[in-house]
Amino acid sequence: MSKNYHEFFEKSAGWLAIGTVVAISFGTLVEITPLLFLKETTEPVDGLKPYTALQLEGRDIFIREGCTNCHSQMIRPFRHEVERYGHYSVAGESVWEHPFLWGSKRTGPDLARVGGRYSDDWHHAHLMDPRSVVPQSNMPGYPWLDENQLDGKLTPKKMEIFNKLTKGKMHADDEDGVMYSAEEIAAATDSVKGKTEMQALIAYLQSLGTALK
Amino acid sequence: MSSFWSTWIIVLTIACIVFCAVILTWNLKNHVGVKEGESTGHDFDGIEEINNPLPKWWTYMFYATIIWSVYYFAAYPGLGNYKGFLDWTSSNQGIKNLAESKAAVEQNRLEGKNVQLDREYAAANETYAKEFAKYTNRDIMDLAYDPEALKIGQRLFLQNCAQCHGSDARGQRGYPNLTDDDWLYGGTPDKIKETLLYGRKAAMPGWGDALGEQGIKEMTAYVLSLSGRKVNDKDAAAGKTKFGMCAACHGADGKGSLAHNLPFGAPNLTDNVWLYGGSVGAVEETLIKGRNGQMPAFKEILGEEKIHIISAYVYRLSRPEESSK
Repeated sequence: MSKNYHEFFEKSAGWLAIGTVVAISFGTLVEITPLLFLKETTEPVDGLKPYTALQLEGRDIFIREGCTNCHSQMIRPFRHEVERYGHYSVAGESVWEHPFLWGSKRTGPDLARVGGRYSDDWHHAHLMDPRSVVPQSNMPGYPWLDENQLDGKLTPKKMEIFNKLTKGKMHADDEDGVMYSAEEIAAATDSVKGKTEMQALIAYLQSLGTALK
Repeated sequence: MSSFWSTWIIVLTIACIVFCAVILTWNLKNHVGVKEGESTGHDFDGIEEINNPLPKWWTYMFYATIIWSVYYFAAYPGLGNYKGFLDWTSSNQGIKNLAESKAAVEQNRLEGKNVQLDREYAAANETYAKEFAKYTNRDIMDLAYDPEALKIGQRLFLQNCAQCHGSDARGQRGYPNLTDDDWLYGGTPDKIKETLLYGRKAAMPGWGDALGEQGIKEMTAYVLSLSGRKVNDKDAAAGKTKFGMCAACHGADGKGSLAHNLPFGAPNLTDNVWLYGGSVGAVEETLIKGRNGQMPAFKEILGEEKIHIISAYVYRLSRPEESSK
């Protein structure tokens, strides 16, 4: 009787777990690991600009309110998407994104290039009560954003973290090679203090997708 | 991609497929020492494990996927830097700006490269370009009375303009009604097209600090009196003395910038059309905080061909009864 190799995995939960991890790690090793070292996925597009302090705060509100649950930020290279949303998203637009907010669910439309598409006033009305401008919308309103004010206490810290995360990935002609200078970080708190979360979120939305030009 | 990572991907991918093939083949033989169809001796609650072979249909499908993968990796770009014999890509990768993107499309067209998105566009152009070509060189005035052009215009309007101006184009607070004949920047075909292509940005400053509470009350009274509303005459007279600061944009007569051929988009205050509401409260709010109406530019988003047709649709909106010019 030849040996039953199956039994080895079938009868030991530990080895089964290890074997499973090894089996599913191949996908990551082949499809993701090389991307971390590719020029194409680590170099910014020409027009990419760091978020301002206010936009950065707005981005965190976007994350906090779970906007990614219904809105993707990834235009795929299909004609029906490009016609509707604009040029397909490219890797060089996302190299400074930590975490990236590509999303995978589109209950609402893609937002990758929503910047400049509507006026600030429209966004304000729409976030307060989406049905005031789009009657058939099923998006919830976010009226508290208009009341909550930013104190900006953590803004400099966030900028410092972004400086670390984007090290070595700035534009080639960027002299100091960091995303935010010491002066910008020092001025950050004051620049967002007293602004509403609504203003921050709108500033962030208006910046989306404007890098590729 | 560096040759290291290319090799890394090729080796791991092929090893993975070979591994699957070996495991599958190995499992087709009986290695457990129990005849097929007989009990392995494991039972629980009267449920027995029988040593049955792998289902044939499942086995053949597994082999089919392995054979398919060999073709797939030969034809498509999957193995590191190998491009595949079809020379297929989904889109142009690695572009750094729009000019590079356009250049890549042109370059690939000349070289006959197989770029999926570019092919989709080429196919669509073949179908739709001749449709749009019918309209591109015709006058907007002419298109405004062409039922086919209006149908296309309406579809484009509903997709791109209704979010602010409403599906009936009657606008809403802060977004102009396009069905009346009241215009901020001009209602001629050329002006409408200009607005659509390049957008508009109005900027009414806030006068709350400059006028003070009493001043706002007086100015509100005067502004409302311009359109014939009943107001406190004393307040209105006091407001009139300060209207000079408004006249720069709205004109000394308050008839708005368009009446004076100025491009500010300052509304006519003497009619009864109110962009932000004509109640005392709304006018006061406008005066205190100012307004910053903005129409986004659509040239890059939609392209001139489509905007040409939408312009005709918008032009016609305020002339529904006329059946011809």
